[in-house]
Amino acid sequence: MNQILLRGKNLSRQWGGLLAVNQVNIEIFLGKIHAVIGTNGAGKSTLINLLAGEVPLSGGSVELLEQDVSLWSEPRRARLGLGKSFQKNTIFPDLSVFENCRLAAQARHQRPWKFWETINSCTYSRTQAQKVLLKTGLHVLSEKKAGLLSHGQKRQLEVAMCLATNPKVLLLDEPLAGMGAEETNRMLNFLNELRPEHGILLVEHDMDAVFQVADMITVMVNGAVIACGTPPEIKNNKDVQIAYLGVAS
Amino acid sequence: MKKSQLFFLLILASVLVFLPQISSEYVLDWLTKTMIFAIFALSLELLVGQTGLVCFGQSAFFGIGAYTAVLFSAKVDHTYLGYLLPLAIFAAALYALIVGALSLRTKGVYFIMVTLAFAQMAYYVIHDTPLGGGTDGIYLYHKPIIFRDLVLEGSIFIYFFTTICLFLVLGFLGLLSSSRFGRALIGIKINELRMRAMGFETYWYKLVAFVISGAIAGIAGFLFAMKDGFVNPEILSWHLSGAVLMMIILGGLGHLRGAVIGAFTYALLEELFRSEIIFGSFSKNWHLGLGLTLILSVALLPKGLFGIRDQLQKSLPLYLANFKKLPKTKL
Repeated sequence: MNQILLRGKNLSRQWGGLLAVNQVNIEIFLGKIHAVIGTNGAGKSTLINLLAGEVPLSGGSVELLEQDVSLWSEPRRARLGLGKSFQKNTIFPDLSVFENCRLAAQARHQRPWKFWETINSCTYSRTQAQKVLLKTGLHVLSEKKAGLLSHGQKRQLEVAMCLATNPKVLLLDEPLAGMGAEETNRMLNFLNELRPEHGILLVEHDMDAVFQVADMITVMVNGAVIACGTPPEIKNNKDVQIAYLGVAS
Repeated sequence: MKKSQLFFLLILASVLVFLPQISSEYVLDWLTKTMIFAIFALSLELLVGQTGLVCFGQSAFFGIGAYTAVLFSAKVDHTYLGYLLPLAIFAAALYALIVGALSLRTKGVYFIMVTLAFAQMAYYVIHDTPLGGGTDGIYLYHKPIIFRDLVLEGSIFIYFFTTICLFLVLGFLGLLSSSRFGRALIGIKINELRMRAMGFETYWYKLVAFVISGAIAGIAGFLFAMKDGFVNPEILSWHLSGAVLMMIILGGLGHLRGAVIGAFTYALLEELFRSEIIFGSFSKNWHLGLGLTLILSVALLPKGLFGIRDQLQKSLPLYLANFKKLPKTKL
C-alpha cells in the first residue's frame, strides 16, 4: 500500500514578486488521502494547479506514476491518470448528467478522426459513464440537465466527471464547498470508498471533514509548508496552532 | 438523425428540386447565390456555433477559394473540376491552417481581431494588385469540365451542382457534430478549462475545426466563382465576414439548420429592402432597413429564428396564465 503515485519535489511558482508556492514537497500514496489545509491565499489551489499542469512550474519537478511529467501539458498528465476537480463547478450545464460523464470518459478514448461514427457507438465511454453514475449514486438523475441539479449534486457530478476519466490520482479542490451536513457526510463516505483504488489529494476548508478522512495533512502558510504529518500530529503542532489561532494553546 | 432534422432536409430538398421548374432566371440565380452563402454560413457555424470561436476573417477563405479557381483555370482551354475544386479547397484550408495555428493562441476579442487582421492581409494581397486583377477583379474564361464533354456551365446545371454541394456539406457537418469530435467541440465551447483538465488537447481540436471550416468556405468561394464567372477583391473584405456572421446569428447559433435558415432569411431581407416597388427611393438605403431588422431580431430573438419554437414554448404559457389573471371588467 506504500506505492507513491504522485510526487512533487521542491515545487515553486512565482508571479512577479509574489512567491505563491515556495519549495513545497508532497507525496500522494495509493490508498491514502492527503489533505492540504491553510488560510486563504496560502497557495493550496496553486499547488493543485502546479501538480495538474494547468500552471507551469517556476522550479521543482512533478513525477506521476514514476514518470517525470514536469514538462507535460495538463491534458497529457490527465490521460496518464491525473484527475482534477475544480473549486467552482465546471460542469456542462446544458448537457444531461449522463452526457457530462460520457464526455469525460471520452477523454480516455478520443478517436477524433472517426467522424463517421456517432458518439453513441462508443461503447467504452457509455459503459464508463454508466459505471461512474452508479458508483456516485447519480444514476437516478442521469437524464436530468446538469444545470438543474442542486449545488450538492453538482459537486457530486464534478467528482463523478473526474472519476469518469479513469484516474489513479485525484486532485480535489474543495469538493465540500457549500455542502450541507448530510451531503458532506455522503461525500466523505464516498471518498473513503474511492480510497483503495486511488491516491487522493484533498484541499479543503472544512477542518472537521479533513481530520475525519485524511491520513496525512500538509499545512501551508504564505506558499510554504509549515507542517506535515498525521492528523493527531498536526493537531498538536505548535506552528499550526499559531498559524490558525494566533497563539499556541 | 432526429425526425425533425430529416423533415427539414426533405422539405429543403423538395423545395430546391421543385423551384427551378417555376423560377425565372433571376430567381434561379438568386437561389444559387443564397445556397452558396448557406454553405459559407455553415462553414462559420462550425466555428462560432459548434466550437465557440468567433472568427471575423472568414471571407479570406471564401475569397482564396474563389481566386484559386479563377487563377488556376487555363485561359485557352477547360480545366478539370477534379483538379480545380480540390485545389481551391486545399488553398483555403492551407491559409486556414496558417491563420488558425497563430490566432488560436489568443482568446476572446484578441482572437476576433487577429482573424480580422489576417483576412485584411489577404484582402490587400489581392486588392489593386496584378495578382487579383486590380480593383476590377478577374474573369473566368472557361468553366471546368466535370467529365468528358460535361462542362459546369448554365444556370440550371450550376444550380443543381450547388444544391448537391449544400447537401453534402450539411451531411458532413451533421456527421461531424454527432461524432466524438463534434462532442469534444461542444465541450470546448462550453468549458475549455474543464476539457483540458479531462485530457483533451483542445488546441488541436480547435485547429482541425478551423481548417475544416476554411476548406468549406473554400468550396463556397469556388462555387461563387463558377456561378458568376468572375471574382473581385471585395469578396475578401471584412463586410462579407460581417454579413456571414449576421446570417448565423439571425438563424440561431449552435444549429446547422439555423445557418441555412439564416442565409436564406438574410438574402430575403436584402431583396425586400432593395425593392423599389415596396420602399421607393428609400430602397437606396437598404443597409439601414436591413441593419434595423437585424438589431430587432437579435433583441427579440436571442436564439435566432431557429429558437422561435423554444421561445414560444417557454413564454406563451406564461403569457396566457398572466392573461387569465387579469381582472375582468364589465362593459
